[in-house]
Amino acid sequence: MNEKIQSLQERAKAIRRHIVTMLGEAGSGHPGGSLSAADIVSVLYFDTLKLDPEKPDWTGRDRFVLSKGHAAPVLYAALAEKGYFPVEELKTLRKLGSRLQGHPDMKKLPGVEMSTGSLGQGFSTALGMALGLRLDGGDQRVYALLGDGEVQEGQIWEAAMAAGHFKLDNLTAFLDYNNLQIDGPVDVVMNVAPLPEKWRAFNWHVLEIDGHDIEQIRQALAEAQATKGKPTMIIAKTIKGKGVSFMENQVGWHGNAPKPEQVEQALQELA
Amino acid sequence: MTKKIATREAYGEELVRLGADNKNVVVLDADLSKSTKTHDFMKTYPDRFFNMGIAEGNLMSTAAGLATVGKIPFASTFAMFATGRAFEQIRNSICYPKLNVKIAATHAGVTVGEDGGSHQSIEDIAIMRALPGMTVFVPADAVETAACLRAAVEIQGPVYIRLGRSGVPIIHGEDFQFTPGEAVTLRQGSDVALVATGIMVSAALEAAEALATVGIQAKVVDVHTIKPLDIFAIVEAARECGAVVTAEEHSIIGGLGSAVAETLAEHQPVPLQRVGVRDTFGESGKPAELLEHFGLTSTGIVEAAKKVIAKKK
Repeated sequence: MNEKIQSLQERAKAIRRHIVTMLGEAGSGHPGGSLSAADIVSVLYFDTLKLDPEKPDWTGRDRFVLSKGHAAPVLYAALAEKGYFPVEELKTLRKLGSRLQGHPDMKKLPGVEMSTGSLGQGFSTALGMALGLRLDGGDQRVYALLGDGEVQEGQIWEAAMAAGHFKLDNLTAFLDYNNLQIDGPVDVVMNVAPLPEKWRAFNWHVLEIDGHDIEQIRQALAEAQATKGKPTMIIAKTIKGKGVSFMENQVGWHGNAPKPEQVEQALQELA
Repeated sequence: MTKKIATREAYGEELVRLGADNKNVVVLDADLSKSTKTHDFMKTYPDRFFNMGIAEGNLMSTAAGLATVGKIPFASTFAMFATGRAFEQIRNSICYPKLNVKIAATHAGVTVGEDGGSHQSIEDIAIMRALPGMTVFVPADAVETAACLRAAVEIQGPVYIRLGRSGVPIIHGEDFQFTPGEAVTLRQGSDVALVATGIMVSAALEAAEALATVGIQAKVVDVHTIKPLDIFAIVEAARECGAVVTAEEHSIIGGLGSAVAETLAEHQPVPLQRVGVRDTFGESGKPAELLEHFGLTSTGIVEAAKKVIAKKK
């Protein structure tokens, strides 16, 4: 295993530790879908995105929009690891006066590109960013992370249609396909399959990967970057709660924070 | 007969000028560019025009994304779909992050006419003014429309501009001075204050003429900015006249009438009569017939003025 992959795995593990710790402190929030996206977010922030934490408003930066805004802890963990704010501040999550709102607030926290949380909307804002950046002839790229339950929102398909129509090859989206949403398995609540066929029908380049395999994530991103004339959708099969044994594939961990002893156990597993 | 121009026409023309002055101005429409009059901008600046198809929710959030990369998006569709269908996108994608999006919504009110009640937005002022940080403009004529639009570009943050389908008389001269948030007194009077917005401003001026013939001196106040409301002007008019009539092509629930009622109740309680659509939906008909039907006319304002004067102690 090469060093780069190993270091990204270590980052992902650190991100997972932050997620568990900050949710334990907060006493509420969404661990399952934050943990499932940790590897993707780790690759994005520590391998792919052109960013300067010292200059969060640098116009030449790439953009990342967490469309599944309830997974805010994974974003906050990556931003803290990246140096946008002190790691210590993660403990203020969801508390009165904190910059770390329950769902990401771009007006409060540097590094947050869009205020998200109302499902479906973040993806459209990423589309708007991609349109605007292309209009200016820039080489910045826009990345969005969608939940699998989120694609039940009609707005996702409005945006999918538009991105295909405008041939936005500077837009890449990940679909965090952990197959669990609040009320149960996605295919039971409201089946979204077949996803690859749907996205292809909307004129996207579609890739299917293991969303916990760092090398596959990197390769998919490289292919997205090389794909011209189409936006790319990376459907990433993931495990909700990944990395914490008692949370994995458990729907109950969608929106419940771990208790202190559970935090301790989780941190031992993520050591 | 004075020349009549629809505020949407004035919007289409001014938009092209704004596009020339500022290369960051971009326009989004939802397959209504010929009706909203963004068509001319599209022809002049095709690269900066995005037809988003019939998908208003996506349109608003896309506009928000464009704003984050320094664009000044004008998002246009009918008022019904902008503020109704896409309300939550306006709230969460645009207003919550205070993004610099200008929502220029046409075909507001009952003067949509024949298309009927499904398309006649009479709630949009109420909905938009409830949003924190939203500026709400309701221009009365073509001159005011151009001024509102120029001001909208200068304002950093979300702006809602309410525009109409049907022609309205020009009431302002070339020398019109527009300041956002400052109501314009168009006529002095001390018996009753007619506080109007949008197409009802010209009706209020007519009503004031009619009232003058029976010895009633009406002050006419043009409220082009519903939010932030010119509280000082409203309170001053109430103090001077002791009675207020509001007039709007909108429901009396939540619009100008409500905003004025809230202001008077807190600062200067005086008798108030609201002219507007009274908790009902619109229907098909010619615009003028509908205005008549709902009492949104100078006659309706005259009657309201007499009623409210009778309530003065």
